[in-house]
Amino acid sequence: MKLSRTLLLAAICALSAPAAVAQELENKLVIVTSFSKDLTTPFAQAFQKKYPGVQVEIQNRNTAAAIAFIRETKSSPPDIFWASSPDAFEVLKKNSMLTKYQAKAQGIASKVGSYPVHDPAGYYTGFAASGYGIMFNTRYMRANNLPAPKEWDDLKKPVYFGHVGISAPSRSGTTHLTVETILQGEGWDKGWATLLEMGGNFTQVSDRSFGVPDAVNSGQYGLGIVIDFFGLSAKASGFPVEFVYPSVTTIVPANVGIIANASHPKAAEAFVEFLLSDEGQQILLDPKIQRLPVRATTYAKAPAGYPNPFTDKSLGAKVNFNADLSEGRYELLNSLFDRLITFRLKELNAAWKAIQDAEKTLGANANAAAKKLLADARKLASSAPITEKEASNPTISGAFHEMKKGEKPVGRQAEFEERWDSYAVKSYAEAKALAEKALTAK
Amino acid sequence: MSAHNLEAPSPGSPLPRLATLSPQAGRGKNWLARYNASPAQAIALAAIALFLIAFLIVPLLRVLIVAFTAPDGSFSLVHFGDFFRTSLLREAFWNSIYVAAMTVALASLIAVPLATILARFHFRGAALVHTLGVVPLVMPPFVGAVAMQLIYGRNGTINLLLNDTFGFRIPFMEGLNGVIFVEALHYFPFILLNLSASLANIDSSMEESAQNLGAHGFTLFRRIVFPLALPGYVAGAALVFVKVFDDLATPLLLNVTSMLAPQAYLKITSVGIADPQGYVISVIMICCSLGAMLLSALTLRGRDFATTQRGGGGLSRRHLGRGGTALAIAFVALALLISLSPHIGIFLLSIGTVWSFAMLPDAYTLAHYVTVYREAGPLIANTMLYCGLAGLIDIVLGATLAYIVLRTRLPGRQLVQQVAMSAVAIPGLVLGIGLLRTYFDVKLPFSGESLATFWFMLVIAYAVRRLPYALTAATAAIQQLHVSLEEAAESLGARKLGVLSRIVVPLMTGGLLAGFVTSFATAAVELSATLLLVARAPDAPLSYGIYVYMQAAAGRGPGAALGVIAVVVVAIATYIAFKIAERERGLKTRELF
Repeated sequence: MKLSRTLLLAAICALSAPAAVAQELENKLVIVTSFSKDLTTPFAQAFQKKYPGVQVEIQNRNTAAAIAFIRETKSSPPDIFWASSPDAFEVLKKNSMLTKYQAKAQGIASKVGSYPVHDPAGYYTGFAASGYGIMFNTRYMRANNLPAPKEWDDLKKPVYFGHVGISAPSRSGTTHLTVETILQGEGWDKGWATLLEMGGNFTQVSDRSFGVPDAVNSGQYGLGIVIDFFGLSAKASGFPVEFVYPSVTTIVPANVGIIANASHPKAAEAFVEFLLSDEGQQILLDPKIQRLPVRATTYAKAPAGYPNPFTDKSLGAKVNFNADLSEGRYELLNSLFDRLITFRLKELNAAWKAIQDAEKTLGANANAAAKKLLADARKLASSAPITEKEASNPTISGAFHEMKKGEKPVGRQAEFEERWDSYAVKSYAEAKALAEKALTAK
Repeated sequence: MSAHNLEAPSPGSPLPRLATLSPQAGRGKNWLARYNASPAQAIALAAIALFLIAFLIVPLLRVLIVAFTAPDGSFSLVHFGDFFRTSLLREAFWNSIYVAAMTVALASLIAVPLATILARFHFRGAALVHTLGVVPLVMPPFVGAVAMQLIYGRNGTINLLLNDTFGFRIPFMEGLNGVIFVEALHYFPFILLNLSASLANIDSSMEESAQNLGAHGFTLFRRIVFPLALPGYVAGAALVFVKVFDDLATPLLLNVTSMLAPQAYLKITSVGIADPQGYVISVIMICCSLGAMLLSALTLRGRDFATTQRGGGGLSRRHLGRGGTALAIAFVALALLISLSPHIGIFLLSIGTVWSFAMLPDAYTLAHYVTVYREAGPLIANTMLYCGLAGLIDIVLGATLAYIVLRTRLPGRQLVQQVAMSAVAIPGLVLGIGLLRTYFDVKLPFSGESLATFWFMLVIAYAVRRLPYALTAATAAIQQLHVSLEEAAESLGARKLGVLSRIVVPLMTGGLLAGFVTSFATAAVELSATLLLVARAPDAPLSYGIYVYMQAAAGRGPGAALGVIAVVVVAIATYIAFKIAERERGLKTRELF
């Protein structure tokens, strides 16, 4: 009896090579993820097929719940954190909740466009990339006689007033990277001018990334600034939407990391390698997933027209992304955007509406006084309350960090926020008043 | 305190207590008698206090402590100063108060006539209407929001229809007024349930006596019906106020951030922000909610709502004339149609292919139900199990606590009540983090599984957060019940337990039912604590299943299908509960005639 069982085991091992590998792995793998089922299920199934000895357990949590869960379960945490937003990984990394792991897979690009794929310190690994762009509801556009947008700057046009949505950078790590890219690409002052003028047209700043495609899919508003797969997968699901990449777009990575003190470290490593393997990378091409592989050779198997950042230089290549600069002002930028745009959207809308109306009414006939008033109004409604230098100054940005031991507090977040908030309210009200005054200026 | 204190009028009752005449007085040496309590009651109060300390106070303090911690780690109230110095938060504070108060007004406009019609007139299918009146409470996460936008949104069914026909739109879903509109539709059942329970407890003989004395119409309403039903109305209205004040889902759905709950939520859940303001706002919300509940208790103070009548049967039912019937039916139908349209929307989503910028879906299919068919079973079973248990825990704890608060003078009883009520203001995420922090390292015997991720912790989280509903309902029910009924039974020789099971519990059925139904129905769609505490897919309830689907465009249909299932499950459970209550009431009425 005993002998036959041993024989049987030996036979099974001999029959399947992967099973032999699986023997070394633990019998379980616990993954915490904020990805949708459409993405997690195919990967989990394929992994399980390759390693039948490992039972994969997926815990779906939104990013905030996932971080809280990992933080509170330190004594026996899950094995893998698998999500988009790089900031979530940064938080885990700063709190020593991730393990360093150098992936063995060969042929993985270190940069997609100008964006580093992996964490330079090695705590998390990029396994896919996505580009940012504009998605729009074709029925909505037709009903409202809106032209299809092509570039980011198009979204500043008065014709789109009240038709555009975005998610807040404080709520979506990928939107954060896009905002950061605009600021780095155009420079701080010009970047904020673009963001605030665009913001004048926003009808909503959503508190979750998926809120934007959700609203565009329903036709609640017409255009959304979203990550590509939101637009592409909605189109694939039959919604009347289109997605365009502006000629300069940003590329944001999606990551995976092994949690510190994972109970099943070998299975976790095998999973990371699987994501990067040719087999795993191909799953990304699934029409319901639509993410960009980080392995250049995988694109050979992609359908015609699939965006390829390795050959298409407009995808994320134009801006030389400075990761250190971004990290230094990460929390501050989130807060600043919320004060200037998210929480004062009504006021910002009113200011820009007044400017747009005045410019339309006056047209080319505006006299010098009116032009001056309008220029002042534009300036008020499109400047940030602090300079780039101040934003990177640790005595200000330090107030937004979590204190490390030995660090001295430099001021409280609430104090800066109150200052910026009153700045926003005052500037927008003044801008509106100036624009209205321009109409009667002589 | 000396023994003659027992003769002092007890709170809520202007009559001298008969307690001194009851057998209890004979046990004067018992120190508990000073508090007019039995040992069992003292133990029960201690047990409830322990439960709250373990699963509410300790977990909460472990999270909220940062609100009182200065940047250098010492105790400080500086963050509270910041709160009041921040104009955005001051604005948010007043907006929250305004929205909560206006919602109470609007919800009353829907609920009071509905409850009156149902209680006063012969109405076919009253149980069905009662059930449908609860359904608005069941707003499945995400799906409900999408459906709401598709019906009432800027380009929802109604506005597209209005725009095509008349060329204008109504901003149902915009700004603070939008929040008030949606909240009223969502939470009016609190008033309906509690007021109906109160109305059902009014004895028709009270009315008849008044009529014999010449009271009619409005006088009858003002002097008899309204005062006697006040505890139920106030209980419901207070719950609406507090719930709306603390509600997060609706402001987020409408993207209104200038209110307290979304401000707290955005701070707490934003990744990487170490700002304690989110927790400060939570503390302030808890204080405000307690204040509101105290205020509602004050409005009832010094009045007696108890009747010595049998307490059942409800108002005398009248037959409506033809015109009256038509009017009543029209009102009920309209109120239900407006408040249930999100659910109609969810249903359409679940059977529609694509629904985008259109009055209705493009085409219809059953495919989404096929998609969820396999996994729906365990999700439903888990939801029933968790929410059923949570509802039961809530009515047992709520009724016991309400009874102790109103019938004894045990020290600390009101404090325990306040603590229990404070749960209404606690964000699910905060409680979830607290429970994980406190219980993750506590291992279960045998399996070695962590207590925090064991499924029963979800039951506890649901029960703690919904205890205020059951407590409020039970308090209103006991306020209507005159103590002399119990004392009469006791003087006839009935034991405490007998009095409870033969007198108190049967006469409270309506209130207990209202408490159970609200706890159960709202727990069935809870998401924030669920997302944190569910550790394994097989343990997951329906709300988790909905969340998982609603993260992708293709998941909208299946998510809506699960949403419909959640609504139906709650509706069936509620309907059965009302049928039981109706039968009980019928039995009582027959016995006495």
